[in-house]
Amino acid sequence: MKKYRILIAKPGLDGHDRGAKVVAHALRDAGFEVIYTGLRQTPEQIVKTAIQEDVDLIGLSILSGAHLQLSKKVIELMKKEGIANIPVFVGGIIPPDDVPRLLEIGVTRVFGPGTPLSKIVQEVREVLEGVTSTSGS
Amino acid sequence: MYDKEQVKKIAEAFEHWQQRTENDMKKFPERKQKFLSSSGYEFKRCYTPLDVAELDYLKDLGMPGEYPYTRGVQRTMYRGRFWTMRQYAGFGTAEETNKRFKYLLQQGQTGLSVAFDLPTQIGYDSDHPLAEGEVGRVGVAVDSLRDIEILFDGIPLKDVSTSMTINSTAVILLSMYAVTAQRQGAKIEELRGTIQNDILKEYIARGTYIFPPEPSMKIVTDIFEFCAEHMPKWNTISISGYHIREAGASAVQELAFTFGDAIAYVESAIKAGLDPNVFGRQLSFFFAAHNNFLEEIAKFRAARRIWAKIMKERFNVTNQDAMKLRFHTQTGGSTLTAQQPLNNIVRVAIQALAAVLGGTQSLHTNSFDEALGLPTEQSVQVALRTQQIIAYESGVADIVDPLAGSFAVEALTNEIEEKVWEYLEKIDSLGGMVRAIELGYVQKEIHKSAYEQQLAIEKGEQIVVGVNAFQTKEEKPVENILKVDPALEEKQKEALRQLREQRDNRAVAKALKELKQAAQEGKNIVPYVFEAVKCYATLGEISDVLREVYGEYTESTSI
Repeated sequence: MKKYRILIAKPGLDGHDRGAKVVAHALRDAGFEVIYTGLRQTPEQIVKTAIQEDVDLIGLSILSGAHLQLSKKVIELMKKEGIANIPVFVGGIIPPDDVPRLLEIGVTRVFGPGTPLSKIVQEVREVLEGVTSTSGS
Repeated sequence: MYDKEQVKKIAEAFEHWQQRTENDMKKFPERKQKFLSSSGYEFKRCYTPLDVAELDYLKDLGMPGEYPYTRGVQRTMYRGRFWTMRQYAGFGTAEETNKRFKYLLQQGQTGLSVAFDLPTQIGYDSDHPLAEGEVGRVGVAVDSLRDIEILFDGIPLKDVSTSMTINSTAVILLSMYAVTAQRQGAKIEELRGTIQNDILKEYIARGTYIFPPEPSMKIVTDIFEFCAEHMPKWNTISISGYHIREAGASAVQELAFTFGDAIAYVESAIKAGLDPNVFGRQLSFFFAAHNNFLEEIAKFRAARRIWAKIMKERFNVTNQDAMKLRFHTQTGGSTLTAQQPLNNIVRVAIQALAAVLGGTQSLHTNSFDEALGLPTEQSVQVALRTQQIIAYESGVADIVDPLAGSFAVEALTNEIEEKVWEYLEKIDSLGGMVRAIELGYVQKEIHKSAYEQQLAIEKGEQIVVGVNAFQTKEEKPVENILKVDPALEEKQKEALRQLREQRDNRAVAKALKELKQAAQEGKNIVPYVFEAVKCYATLGEISDVLREVYGEYTESTSI
């Protein structure tokens, strides 16, 4: 079976990396190959890394409130670079009304505080292995 | 604390009791095999005088306000004056935050605490490309002295104490604050407040570093030196365990890494020729209060004893005031849940009570909606009222260190202290805290602890009410989450554009040039930053000059 590659990225200036690192660790333990960008990545850097590393899924971690702008910018750049087919997951402090907006922008899944790691791993599998799932939270 | 004969009798009784208990447990087992603290050591079933038999009251506890300060840094503690109720606030523009400050003061808050947005914390003006989307989000946006003048408009800085959560750009914000106070007619000698200025923990946990560790430590030391002379009532640093804890550290790690950082600052200042008896009085600390009530109380008590010993025994300090650990506490942001958010009010109350029983000097209580977004006026009010209820209704503030002598609390205080010393020895053996951070040792320890905590929740070994137990099917959404208007970013940028047009740009260029030269020559940069700030040089411009001289830090990413 193919070993999927996942990019976990911290866009913007936010320094809260506990969640990003814990999720990256869990995905690695679940058998994925994980690339973690570290802090303060611009959308350009993230998209460039995604292309260079040939990843199958991108996870953005944002706790600073800049999730709408930053996710939008990443997805616009992905379209421009022709990699809009790669699913994008967003995790962080996301007010509930912003979830539909993120999905509208083109984000595949949004995870708020308290999401079990098992759920994230399961949804990554579903999305990558093409199993249909409808839940978005 | 007991005579030998008595201890022997108690030991015999205890032995019998254990046997009978274990016998009963065959029929009625305990809920768990092991009852673990956040730091991984085991809580005993029951603590007795046997656990504190070796405790020497005068040596290990002492009287309140006396060495080793286990029982508190003041003799009368909250019988004299309550802790400072200080809610961390800031969002949007200076005008909006000024309104929130006035609201909080009117509600009975007794000190201010400023949250800055990320561009301000990382030295970018609001019109910098990296600031896009971040302006005014997690705090107030500050580009120049003008914003600080607006932020404190109508608030007399000679009367209020202000804490500013600012680190790599602390020297700039301190200068802006002092200049604003001067222009209000205050003398900077009389200003009271705190700048966080704790750069080492930014590399470990919080991430708002700019420069590499060495020049960063130089700036910290410059501030110590300047304030010892000109701003003696100002806390020049708030050495912070809070963010280390929030990043996943245990209670023991929180103390160990905070004191590791503190030792590094003191050593650096001594090396620069400063006297720890003098600058030691201006050091303050910042800790988290999490859910494990008794362990947290013990943690605060242990912290005071450890710090007093470090200053006295390691640094040979003789001034009593330089041995006293004074600290701010904030309840644990990472313990708040997005699920059933009203439950957070209860969590915050328990944590705040632990901070008060632990003898904190000031306290921020989190708002119940903070796992969802910025707190509203209503949720901030509940948070502040929680402190006021503890202060005015619970009675716990009427007795100094009321839990002293509790077998459990004293035993836990000892246990935590012992485990912290072990960590500090390990850090020393690695070559000190700066080296331990460069090696990634500290970051790895914290990440390991964070991951284990999450796995414990996943396995149901750690219950989080409303999250992995007692969930409700239909969650009623929280109404009125505070949103920052995206238009304010444009407004802030426009104000900045106008400022650059209106100010004396020649004076700005001159001040920046002099600052650069001072930094290159290794002079104390604080007076030069003062001059730059006075002529409205922006935070980004000043930071850029320092970036040119000092370079920038990039983290090594490992998970």
